[in-house]
Parts: sequence; structure tokens; C-alpha cells
Amino acid sequence: MALTREQLAQRVAQELEDGFYVNLGIGIPTLVANYVPDSMEVMLQSENGLLGMGPFPTDEEIDADMINAGKQTVTAIDGASIFSSAESFAMIRGGHVDLTVLGAFEVDVSGNIASWMIPGKLIKGMGGAMDLVAGADNIIVTMTHASKHGESKLLASCSLPLTGAACIKKVVTDLAYIEIADGKFWLRERAPGVSVEEIVKLTAGELVVPDHVPEMQF
Amino acid sequence: MAGFNKVVTSYEDAMAGLGDNMTVIAGGFGLCGIPENLITQIKTMGTRGLTVVSNNCGIDGFGLGILLEDRQIKKMVASYVGENKLFEEQLLSGELEVELTPQGTLAEKMRAGGAGIPAFYTATGFGTPVGDGKEVREFNGRPYIMEEAITGDFAIVKAWKADRYGNLVYRHTAQNFNPLAATAGKITVVEVEEIVEPGELEPSQIHTPGIYVDRVILGSFEKRIEQRTVRTA
Repeated sequence: MALTREQLAQRVAQELEDGFYVNLGIGIPTLVANYVPDSMEVMLQSENGLLGMGPFPTDEEIDADMINAGKQTVTAIDGASIFSSAESFAMIRGGHVDLTVLGAFEVDVSGNIASWMIPGKLIKGMGGAMDLVAGADNIIVTMTHASKHGESKLLASCSLPLTGAACIKKVVTDLAYIEIADGKFWLRERAPGVSVEEIVKLTAGELVVPDHVPEMQF
Repeated sequence: MAGFNKVVTSYEDAMAGLGDNMTVIAGGFGLCGIPENLITQIKTMGTRGLTVVSNNCGIDGFGLGILLEDRQIKKMVASYVGENKLFEEQLLSGELEVELTPQGTLAEKMRAGGAGIPAFYTATGFGTPVGDGKEVREFNGRPYIMEEAITGDFAIVKAWKADRYGNLVYRHTAQNFNPLAATAGKITVVEVEEIVEPGELEPSQIHTPGIYVDRVILGSFEKRIEQRTVRTA
């Protein structure tokens, strides 16, 4: 069975470490915050200028001056700091954020990522995604393995305009956990009940399959 | 003493001197921390052919979105503009030009502009359409693109508190691009929720020192929320 959005977030959360500063993109990456183990302290960075993002506010707590990068009302935890956009991106570009999780349309064997623009469709902009992929060393891309029409999103070469070049090393899809190295995809884990054959069929770029591919553990 | 009294009492005075075809840098992120009333004043003035530099362009009917209604904006420099239909229409019809700029690069362009640095190198956007046509230089084996600073004829800023010297403090995440915009305007106009006596703002806690600020006006704000998200208590 392909992973649900929640399971995908749960698998990504296994990559968190105690004391990590983490930036979570919009969509599935945001859900990762729900699966931070109780034993662990993680600080969420929101690129509009908040380090130490807390949960959504209650009705009484809501404050128009307190939002996240998705423009949602949020709270700040004790120990949070708030700063300008330039400071925020100094943290990001300067490599101070330990883990960045974001979505994508396509990823390829060279570690290129396309996530912001589909020619011919309305272009809304890249927001902070280009800075995030340029600045982080540790990036996890979350996405479905293939489109609704069964077209692979793991390609030999991205077909869409890039968000960043040669910057992605880890991808968690609804079918598999894949690493990128030496110009190839490396199959590390498969979703429970998903066969290696299915993953191979839906991976367009060169995929290295070891003899044993363990199932993800939850 | 009057030399340091930056407080003006009307929005006409606050935006006096703004003319057609000027560049306006605006603070704010989405609808958070936007200079709502200064934007309204630009609409009232009917100034046209503007280049507006801001992370976003408001929404239909609020924020910078209202300057699209009478086609006052010629060019928009922003990182994300997906929130209004009017924007989409004018973009597709060719009436509006847009320069999409990565958010961190946009912030740094403003910061550099205000700090007298004409350009800088960043890895952001290398190998993407953003890097097309830009100078590339390698430092320590990694390619970077050159990005030029931005300055504006006007900067419009929203802060929480000011004193008459123009010292500013922002509230929560309404800070965002505001302190950067404040440094990058030839004329920087700030609207605030409260004007306090000199000395009331702790000097070491001031976000924007008054040297960057030309005019301060006391406003009242709607503070519209774009995405109201709550948890059940």
C-alpha cells in the first residue's frame, strides 16, 4: 500500500534528531511537526522570520501579527525568537538550519529539483524555496512517486524549470525512501506492502536496487 | 528640534512627493505587517506607472491588490504573487510586468540597497531560470550568481511603535520585510499603531534606528488575516 500523507510525514519525522533546527515547507512537510517524538526537542524555523514556531492558536490567542510562512496564524513557543526576513534567510543561506523538508514536482538523478513552475500554467513564484535548497545541506523532498496519470516524478533529468541544481540527496515518496548519489537513485526502503517491481516501474531515472530492500518501519 | 520631529499628521503629507513611474518598496508578508493606509493613500493619489517591490502583492480588494484596480502598478518585483485574480488577469494580458525573485534574495537586495552595497553573490537561483543572464562566479569551488541591490524612491513601512525621532519597534512576525524596506527608500514613510515619547523605547531594543526614517504617521489598522488557522483548546 502506498503511504498516506500522514505516514509520509511520519517516515520523514524519523530523520529528525534532538536539537535540530528544522524548516518545513507547505503541505505534507508541515505535517511532520505532528510526529516529533516526545523525547526530542526540535525547533521549527518559519522563513517569514520566526524560530520556535508553536501550534496553531486557540480562538482567544489568534493574533494577525503572528503568522507562519504559509500565512497561517500560529503561536511562538517559549524560547522562540522573531527577526527580519534578511536575518531569516541569513540562517537559511548560511547553512544554519539542520534539516529542510519540502515538496516537489520532479527530482532527478543529479539531485536537481523542480518545484515552482509549470510552463503554460500560472506562475505564482518560488517564495523561499530556491534559498532553502541552495542553503541547506540536509534536505528531504516529499512527494508522490508518480503523477495521477502514472508518470514518474523521479527522472533522469528534470523536465520542468529548476528550483535548485544538484542539491537533493534524499527523497521520501509514498512508495519508497530513495537516496541520490553518483548520478543514480538508490532504493533504501519500500513502503509496507509495496513491491520492488512496482517502484522500479514508476522510477524513470536509473535506480540501483540492492538485494534486500527493507520495508519502512512505523 | 523640529529637525528630528518626523511625525506628520495627514496621509497627504505622509506620501507627498510620490510621482508617476517611481519605485516603491513596501514591507509586509502576505497581509501581515503591511502599511495598509499608505497603500490606500497611493490609491487615492492615483499615481501611475509604479514599480512596486514587495514580497507579495496583497489580495483582491486589500493591501497592494487595490493598486491593481486602477492599473497603477507597471511592474511588480516579488517572490510570490498567487493570491489575486486581478494580478493574474493583468499579467496574462501583458499590462503588468512581474520579476519573480527568490524571497531571501529579495530581502538581501533591500538590505544591500540600504547598506550601500550595489550587488552581492548568492548560490540561490544558480542553474535555474532566476540565474539566466546573470554573472556567475565561483568561490571555494561553488558557483554563485550576482544579484543587484534595490533602492526605492519611496519605502512604505508598517511598525508597531515609533517615537518622533523615527525609532521603530515591530510587533511579532509583522516585522518581516519592514526593517529592510525602511533602509532602502530615498524617502521612508512609516505608519505605526502608537507614537511614544522619546526615551520610552529602550535604545538597545529598537529594530530600526530613526536615521533611516523620514516620516512617521499614526494610523489605525484593520489587520486582515489571510489564513485563519486555530486549534481547539
